Amino acid sequence: MTPVHTEPLQVTPPAEVAEVHFDDDMEKRIREILKRYPTKQAAVLPLLWMCQERWGWTSPGIMNAVAERLELAPAFVEGVVTFYTMYQTEPPGKYLLQVCTTLSCQLCGTSGLVDHLKERLGIDFGETTRDGRFTLLDVQCLGACGEAPIIQVNNDYYTELTPEKLDQLLDELV
Amino acid sequence: MEPILLRARGETNSRSISTYLRLGGYGALKKAFIMDPAAIREEVKNSGLRGRGGAGFPAGVKWGFVPQDSPKPKYLICNADESEPGTFKDREIIHVDPHMLIEGIIIASYAISANTAYIYIRGEFVEEARILEQAIAEAYKKKYLGKNILTTGYDLDLYVHRGAGAYICGEETALIESIEGKRGLPRLKPPFPAVVGVFGCPTVVNNVETLACVPHIIERGAAWFASIGRPRNTGPKLFCVSGHVNRPGVYELPLGVTFREIIEEHCGGMRDGKALKAFIPGGSSAPVLPADKVDTAADFDAVAEAGSMLGSGGLIVMDETVDMVWALENLLTFYAHESCGQCTPCREGSDWALDVVRRIRRGHGRPEDIETLQRIARYASQGMTICPLGDAFCGPITSFLNHFGHEFEAYIEAATPAPRKKLPILPVRSGRGTFGL
Ligand SMILES: Cc1cc2nc3c(=O)[nH]c(=O)nc-3n(C[C@H](O)[C@H](O)[C@H](O)COP(=O)(O)O)c2cc1C
Ligand code: SF4
Ligand code: FES
Repeated sequence: MTPVHTEPLQVTPPAEVAEVHFDDDMEKRIREILKRYPTKQAAVLPLLWMCQERWGWTSPGIMNAVAERLELAPAFVEGVVTFYTMYQTEPPGKYLLQVCTTLSCQLCGTSGLVDHLKERLGIDFGETTRDGRFTLLDVQCLGACGEAPIIQVNNDYYTELTPEKLDQLLDELV
Repeated sequence: MEPILLRARGETNSRSISTYLRLGGYGALKKAFIMDPAAIREEVKNSGLRGRGGAGFPAGVKWGFVPQDSPKPKYLICNADESEPGTFKDREIIHVDPHMLIEGIIIASYAISANTAYIYIRGEFVEEARILEQAIAEAYKKKYLGKNILTTGYDLDLYVHRGAGAYICGEETALIESIEGKRGLPRLKPPFPAVVGVFGCPTVVNNVETLACVPHIIERGAAWFASIGRPRNTGPKLFCVSGHVNRPGVYELPLGVTFREIIEEHCGGMRDGKALKAFIPGGSSAPVLPADKVDTAADFDAVAEAGSMLGSGGLIVMDETVDMVWALENLLTFYAHESCGQCTPCREGSDWALDVVRRIRRGHGRPEDIETLQRIARYASQGMTICPLGDAFCGPITSFLNHFGHEFEAYIEAATPAPRKKLPILPVRSGRGTFGL
């Protein structure tokens, strides 16, 4: 298995992202992003990514700020956010465990991993452990089926997993 | 066959521009710049290169649909969404040789007179997006991108645009909507993107692998490219093999190799010595084929003749232990999740079909269920929906029933009626809060 190198997410508590402001660095990046497209609206996805990287998830306050900056209706931005699966609208744990449950991975033993994960963490898909360390999600094909079974942890892929390798991985994610 | 698209596999620092230049990279670009854009389009047309994103449409012909007299800016989009289950070849190209893709994008943009190009990459590919950003920065530095490229007077800007988790954004018009900052809802065609695409302007959308072929065609000529593979099915192809084989992975082979060769020679045969039961030849949307079709040639026309499609070249291999009712349930879970919801036959049909197959597998199937599935498939495919996702889940349904219908029937024969359920009392929802009654 590839060595464990995943950084924990820095998840900002809801009260602190009820209302957000872009600092100078972020404003600079926004101006760079806007230069790439002929319309402001086209910057919605890149701005949401920038915010989620900064604050760990996408709160209603963040959606409002993006809407205001791009002169769009907040409801439009919320519509975009909820259409895509990767913008987290609830604060996740430090590590997002995203298990691919599509066919090629399943043919190579995903369900064993899922049972093992659920039992060890005591949570089901869509839930976060009480200590706020792990959130477990089932996702569709991650586009790396030749190395099945696969789990994406935050930004990183961990491939060809077995329950033993999984245990080792979980132990190292602190 | 000598490796072409994966020639840099195994080189140290294969991604860096210096390695790419050492292997002759960006030579095709220089050659392209002394050609007329129309001559490049003609060369690509003559090579017979067919789109590697799924539909197999000839790339040069598509480029020819861009109205050259239009006063509007033109755009090239590289489709790196790679979300079709069983497909992982574009990721391999990005990992091994990102500059090959970038060179292809520059040549294609020049050929259609575009001054802006985007790479739309799926949100999960964070590392791959970084690899591309880095390669693009290198290319800008060497003046292969930006203003007045190599003092030719031609300008091109190239940006990476990340998706955020939605299979449907691989469909070209949904992808265009997504770049425009909207939900990825496919558009009705016509107009085709070549005429009205992103930001209302003429746009060509091509797959990563398609564009990666372009520098080789320009460098070595259409006739050389067309000599690989079979007539109308020319060139090298990346086959991504997953499932029950000994050595899954990405293999570069000429179009027309047989599936038996891919499985037995290149992938080291079936895992644990089990027998082959079925294979999906071109990503999950391609109809499944039974083991006796394993001698079919892996090219667009031969696979179509065998009743399926080459699609993206994602070969999913299933051995004798696989329960086909289970496999169809898994695939339908994917489509029910990914339907964008615009068209009733697709939105409702994918959910309904999943319900029916799930009921069959849980031992509560009904005699009329198979006909119900066939009816759903009839009404959600063949032009009844805005985009081909309808066909993408109906192909699996009809092919699983055609080839493995007896497994569904066996479940239904042994079924017991589902236990009667009391109707649930639904809680009243208001905003984010839920109030019990
Ligand atoms: C539901 C659906 C999903 C698709 N997903 C992808 C994809 O992930 N990558 C891709 O290149 N093409 C995908 N396509 C095909 C594109 O719409 C388009 O035909 C392709 O990018 C054109 O490139 P090509 O001509 O180079 O093959 C998809 C099509 C449909 C209907
Ligand atoms: S066929 Fe399905 S995915 Fe395609 S536009 Fe209609 S509802 Fe959306
Ligand atoms: S099926 Fe799991 S990565 Fe494709």
